[in-house]
Amino acid sequence: MLRFFLIRILRALVTILAVLTFAFVVLRMSGDPAQVMLGPDVPQESVDAFRHAWGLDQPLWIQYISYLKAIFTGDFGVSMRDKASALQLVIDRIPATLELTIPALLLKLVIGIPAGVYAALHRQSAVDRGVILAAIFGFTIPSFVMGLLLVLIFSIILGLLPSGGQDTWQHAILPILTMSIGGIGILARFSRSAMIEVMGQPYIRTASAKGMNWADVVWRHALPNAAVPIVTIVGFMVGSLIAGAVVVESIFSWPGIGRLLVVSVSNRDLAVVQCILLVIAAAMVVSNLIVDLMYGWLDPRLRSHSAH
Amino acid sequence: MTIADITHPSPAEPSLFVRGIRQVRKVPFSVAFGIAWLAAMVLIAFFADLLRPYGITAMDLRARLSLPGNPPHLLGTDELGRDVLSRLLQSIRVSLAIAFGATIISAVLGTTLGFAAAKFRGAVEHLVLVLADFQAALPFLVMSLAVLAFFGSSMPLLIGLMGFYGWERYARIARGLAISASAQGYAAAVVQLGATPLRVYLHHILPNVASTLIVSMTLTFPEIILMESGLSFLGLGVQPPETSLGNMVGFGRDYLTRAPWIMLAPAIVIMVTTLSISLVGDWLRDKLDPTLR
Amino acid sequence: MAGPILQAKDLVRTYEVRQGMFGRPSPVRAVDGISLTIMPGETLGIVGESGSGKSTLGRMLLGIDPAQAGEIAFDGQAMPKLGTPQWRALRAKMQLVYQDPLAALDRRLTISAQIAEPLAIHGLVPLEHRQTRVAELMSAVGLRPDQADRYPHELSGGQRQRAVIARALASRPKLLVCDEPVSALDVSIQAQVVNMLRDLQEENHIAMVFISHDLKVVRNIADRVAVMYLGRIVEEASSDVIFQSPLHPYTRALVSSVPVPGRPLKGRTILQGEPPNPANRPSGCAFHPRCPMATDICRTTAPPLRAISADRTAACHLVADSAEPVAA
Repeated sequence: MLRFFLIRILRALVTILAVLTFAFVVLRMSGDPAQVMLGPDVPQESVDAFRHAWGLDQPLWIQYISYLKAIFTGDFGVSMRDKASALQLVIDRIPATLELTIPALLLKLVIGIPAGVYAALHRQSAVDRGVILAAIFGFTIPSFVMGLLLVLIFSIILGLLPSGGQDTWQHAILPILTMSIGGIGILARFSRSAMIEVMGQPYIRTASAKGMNWADVVWRHALPNAAVPIVTIVGFMVGSLIAGAVVVESIFSWPGIGRLLVVSVSNRDLAVVQCILLVIAAAMVVSNLIVDLMYGWLDPRLRSHSAH
Repeated sequence: MTIADITHPSPAEPSLFVRGIRQVRKVPFSVAFGIAWLAAMVLIAFFADLLRPYGITAMDLRARLSLPGNPPHLLGTDELGRDVLSRLLQSIRVSLAIAFGATIISAVLGTTLGFAAAKFRGAVEHLVLVLADFQAALPFLVMSLAVLAFFGSSMPLLIGLMGFYGWERYARIARGLAISASAQGYAAAVVQLGATPLRVYLHHILPNVASTLIVSMTLTFPEIILMESGLSFLGLGVQPPETSLGNMVGFGRDYLTRAPWIMLAPAIVIMVTTLSISLVGDWLRDKLDPTLR
Repeated sequence: MAGPILQAKDLVRTYEVRQGMFGRPSPVRAVDGISLTIMPGETLGIVGESGSGKSTLGRMLLGIDPAQAGEIAFDGQAMPKLGTPQWRALRAKMQLVYQDPLAALDRRLTISAQIAEPLAIHGLVPLEHRQTRVAELMSAVGLRPDQADRYPHELSGGQRQRAVIARALASRPKLLVCDEPVSALDVSIQAQVVNMLRDLQEENHIAMVFISHDLKVVRNIADRVAVMYLGRIVEEASSDVIFQSPLHPYTRALVSSVPVPGRPLKGRTILQGEPPNPANRPSGCAFHPRCPMATDICRTTAPPLRAISADRTAACHLVADSAEPVAA
């Protein structure tokens, strides 16, 4: 068990290093940031001075080493545009993103899983049909279309909710809805099939055949076994939540890291983009690790499998 | 080998044609609709030049933001008086071309890496695993944003980049199936006959795993359409004057209040197309590969 | 007389086996110092319980499982390394018949395509004559011409095994290793397939290694029999001799376990217990825990394989003490 987690953690670290290297290679080699920052008409001396100041005149591998060194000492560089610490800029934006992603994730879990389980236990009911339909829409409507449709309906036609900004709690409603509606359907659909699969297993039939209370069968036997595939899909959802934040924050002018990423990318603000890539990768790696830990906790069989 | 047992549909019987007709009769309405819609999309993609009434940059300044439904501009016009229908047809062509190219690239890349991991094991396998971990650690949209913004967006780069979408799925499937096939059974038997690895993989293993890979392609294809639309919506995918579905939605967003049809037309096409692919894909999956339900 | 078609010397194959979840990997000697000689056109039967290492030995003789120690020479030439072009080219000369014909056939190809495959791989028969050659092979193994375009799942188990045999014979090999070729077939089919194999082998003068746990089957086909127990040969002799007068107690037990019509069950040696775990090999003679005649020396010292008489060897302390050990 311990060995398994050590290997997982090692792989997580290798992944982070791969992301770092990717960020470095893509962002450094794609063009000369000095030209971009200063514009085409500045004299050569200013360009040289800029390049020297940012270490851009060093050979690439020296830049790479000093880049890694800086990262490991917690120095993520300075935003070329704002001259402020990149890490600080990103950290300042994280709460705004969490204000959207955490409620969206909770909504998905609180509505999606019970709806799916209910649908599995009541096949062909209205809820069951609703879950299937919602999942289809969840798969087929991209978040930017969903966001714009919600704006069209609730802001423009009905005039109920604001369409952008972060001033009041009402401003958060549409972004959170945009991020969660599709996910609720998808999660409900997965929970439904996981549950149906488990309910068809011989041990469930045995449990109900021996006269066990139906509620006990569901709670003590079916749900714990259906939890493993559900946890997997929730793990995947963290990634789509972050990707969703990029789009949704852009639609609703929400000042989170997603919007910061889009703006920094347009400005070619290297330090900030690197920092965001790393923060996102770290969040993903940690959530994947948590999913792995949950597996071990939920499914004793995986513990012995993992040792091999 | 139970997996292999189930994944292979029975090969053609002599009465293929008769059975084919019988199958068509059993197709549910939603799938028939999906097939029809997709056929229309493919036709539009091929003949967009002939079908569209105007050029995609042709401006009709007297009829800016005109409502849909009037004869010269069936789907209305945008802020520059460009015909929405014409732009929509061209967008369908561009988006489908990107998604199709990218799906092929992704399938070929992933299958090759998966086979390589199965054949060589050891270091190659670990490298593929690290690459897959990396892919899993960065949401694809975020990675694409970084690459596109810094290299500038161009059509070949966009297709190439989208070609990385979902490769790890093919790699995982191809690796797993190849390992189970080589460990025992027909592949080992062919190796024992003296076949080269290339022959074993292309002539025997690939045909045996093809149905599973094709099913994966029906899953990846709509996702790539959505990914490309998302990037273009953010202004980092297909660049003007060229147009794509996501790109049209992005521009339509600015006229949401006054001219929602600019945004709605491409949005509906995106939704119905991805819906059709999932409907047809689900149906195909049930037909081809009962293990993936 | 020509030299041996296959000569194996002191073959060793060890697997690492982990016991339980945290157990240390411990080596299991699946094949433990086996030497064999097979002459052209001869049939050698290899008999043993499951886990005795007989299948591993068969694969090693073909060079599919590389030997960790020891040497194999085919037709006087050392076995090339697995996966090299030389190794692949040699496949035309040596073939394997599998226990499970359905798993050994590609279910996406018709059987005629699969029988033709060795011809294509080794470029043996020009394209225009391939169909004729395939038809010949099919009729040789007793398949009807109309079955050429069938897929493996459309054939019966016996027909599939016939197709596998036809494929193995397509390149006119000099050596055929049959690994339990009939144990997955119905008893009624077994004799047909065995007889057919024997006829084909005699017609084409192919040397054959016939691996089986079933003594009755081996007796029908083998010229010579080697009995394996836990990775070692415990007795080897010509087929008639070994069935008439088995020397090793293990062989005796195996022979007497074959029911013979008209002979009462009394006086038969019944094997006690399961074969021991290969990962935990008993000291001394590996058979001693199950041997009805074991003495003290059996528990401490492993008996070497000795020549008992011309063309006959056995590894047992109780048999012919005076005989000299066979040169290793």
